[in-house]
Amino acid sequence: MAEYILETRGITKHFPGVLANDNVEIKIRQGEIHSIIGENGAGKTTLMNIIYGLIRPDRGEIFYRGKKVEISSPSIAIRLGIGMVHQHFMLVPPFTAWENIILGKEVIKNGVLDKDSVCSELKRLMDSYGLSVPLEERVEDLSVGIRQKVELIKLLYRGAELLILDEPTALLVPQEIEELFEILDNLKKQGKTVIFISHKLKEVLRISDRITVMRRGKVVGELEREEANEETLARLMIGKTLESPQLEVYERGEEVLRLEGISLPPKLRNINLSLYKGEILGLAGIEGNGQKELLEIITGLLRPEKGRIFYKNREVQHLDPKSLRELGIGFIPEDRQTTGLILDFTVAENIILGRHDKEPYSIRGKLNLPTIKKTAVDIVKDYDIRASSVDKHVRFLSGGNQQKVILGREFYFEPEVLIASQPTRGLDIGATEMIHNLLLSARRRGMAILLYSSDLDEIMTLSDRVAVIYNGEIVGILSPREIDEATLGLYMTGVRKD
Amino acid sequence: MIGGILSLELLISALRMSVPLTFASLGGVFSERGGVVNIALEGIMLVGAFGAVVGTYFTNNPWIGLLTAMSFGFLIALIHAVVSISFRINQIISGTALNIMATGLTTFLSRLIFKAAGSSPHIEGMVQWRFPGTNWQISPLIVIMFAVIIISQIVIFKTRYGLRLRACGENPYAADSLGVNVIKMRYSGVLISGVLGGLGGAFLSLEHARVFVEGMTTGRGFIALAGMIFGRWTPLGSFSACFLFGLAEALRMRLEGFGIPTQFIQMIPYIVTMCVLVGVVGRAVAPAYDGIPFEK
Repeated sequence: MAEYILETRGITKHFPGVLANDNVEIKIRQGEIHSIIGENGAGKTTLMNIIYGLIRPDRGEIFYRGKKVEISSPSIAIRLGIGMVHQHFMLVPPFTAWENIILGKEVIKNGVLDKDSVCSELKRLMDSYGLSVPLEERVEDLSVGIRQKVELIKLLYRGAELLILDEPTALLVPQEIEELFEILDNLKKQGKTVIFISHKLKEVLRISDRITVMRRGKVVGELEREEANEETLARLMIGKTLESPQLEVYERGEEVLRLEGISLPPKLRNINLSLYKGEILGLAGIEGNGQKELLEIITGLLRPEKGRIFYKNREVQHLDPKSLRELGIGFIPEDRQTTGLILDFTVAENIILGRHDKEPYSIRGKLNLPTIKKTAVDIVKDYDIRASSVDKHVRFLSGGNQQKVILGREFYFEPEVLIASQPTRGLDIGATEMIHNLLLSARRRGMAILLYSSDLDEIMTLSDRVAVIYNGEIVGILSPREIDEATLGLYMTGVRKD
Repeated sequence: MIGGILSLELLISALRMSVPLTFASLGGVFSERGGVVNIALEGIMLVGAFGAVVGTYFTNNPWIGLLTAMSFGFLIALIHAVVSISFRINQIISGTALNIMATGLTTFLSRLIFKAAGSSPHIEGMVQWRFPGTNWQISPLIVIMFAVIIISQIVIFKTRYGLRLRACGENPYAADSLGVNVIKMRYSGVLISGVLGGLGGAFLSLEHARVFVEGMTTGRGFIALAGMIFGRWTPLGSFSACFLFGLAEALRMRLEGFGIPTQFIQMIPYIVTMCVLVGVVGRAVAPAYDGIPFEK
């Protein structure tokens, strides 16, 4: 009977304009690590919020240990033994770790919190699961990896038997991810059940016993670990086969952008670089080696101390970002939410940002709303931006759709040069593929693209040439066809230099 | 002249002046620790002052007056809670509206009940408590104030209620996800602030003036909020800050009659408040979700 610890039947949930969950049936076995994968917006988080009682479904039933349950609030879920670590941690930053852990299930002695007995209980708990966090420290002073452990202990302290982890690896560095997986294996050994939400296929294959795939609110597959591999999962997730982008033969066009002796001590030293029509020039480097400053100088956000920048043989290093954009230099900033968009502006407003004071969007100081809307509607259609309307605030769009708004905005005015910084960071496979294709088709049209990414795969597959920056200097300009990632790594760490 | 100003008498006077501020300030701590900005404290103090006189006037018992003051404060706070927590209206707007309403309502009712414009008839104050074996006397409200300061400090930082209340002000979504009823906690914080603000107002009319004067709080609710911020949202800190403001007020009363135009002297408490806010408070950090409605 209780082979399944959790089962859902016919879970359906509408949000305005979206069917987030459509008749979702999942079955979770006692004591397994079960991954639920899907692209952003596939309905994974909605489903988990329903199971955890944060959202009520329109329809559908949940069975826990074979019994039908009504989970109308998190406290009921907790009582049943269901715990959830949210994608964005649910912690109180100024509280200490132990205060965060016991909140809602406090131990009281003589009317006040019994810190001593709580802390000794927590130490026992941490020992038995091989977890350890500094209980007395404020959570705001702890690293992301430790905060996640605080969240896990929070669940275990409440006696959770079924642990839901929503995109737990998104913010972790590789070592922390490995450590998390060891903890999860350990939890499994002690009989706990784990639901692991992710869209990173390598991780899912590494950790899961079984895998459920969701797409557009529906369950589209349920696989044992042995029957799954990256290709099948990717095909199920996005509904089609992934093709790795192929670069056509690269014919170097004329030079459009030239950097001469750009220096900004101590960050940049004597940078010389040329960018040609119809190429993607990759910029590789370990974070903090000057790439951020270099891109900011090219886009006019920073002034170099020495050196000159030529755009089609015109000196431009003294121009501000607005003038540069008007000349034809587009920019995809690294942080789309703080630099790329104004989250509380609508899609339409974000799309005309930077051109809002020019005709036809603005006539004698007054915004020309019908034209703005028309442009926005065109872009939303061309770039397949999933928004219920162009009047929707971009805050409510998924990361991939937010990035498409930025690309749509930059491409609409056909810049001759595009500076793209981490354009696919944090995006899922489908959105990443779409962004890659957009960059490649822009290249085909003759756009000159400078691409910085911390994802070496991306640099290697998309670039015609790769410039490596180390310690503020360009240490090599390489052809990705002639080198492998390991060689690139040698340049990036300063071991090799041309 | 300086010796005449700085004396034990001045400190006692400062303590008395700080009482209404401290009560309101403690109220502010409860409200804002739970995540609700309560600038309605000004109005709450005013209805408290009015309620104290009304209750005492009809029963001749200042303790009944005190209870009336607390319940009037509670009612105004209840409106603030319903409007800003349940209906998620901007808390500043709700507070401002309540302050205006409190001024109009107390003025209207005062004229209706006492049949006189400007102020109520004089009333009996509270019987002072005598320190055993001495001639020293102290207002029962001051004793209550010290008790409330200590209890508040313990409740907010050492108890289950305090932990949950603070969680609602710092990250209500975290609290909610752990089964804490955020709405209930926020209501409780605001309602406690109503009761305490009412007590503060009662001290003004029952102990200072022994009469209700229209608009008699003259911004003390706001000064109390400044004290709360200066005191970094802690009961002990708020009391210290309010004592400083009380000192400024006591000084003001002392300096009257030294030939300085009274308008300047009367500015002292407010100028001190502004200097404190500008100079010291810049570094104080409010609860992260202070003033932000909670919506699931």
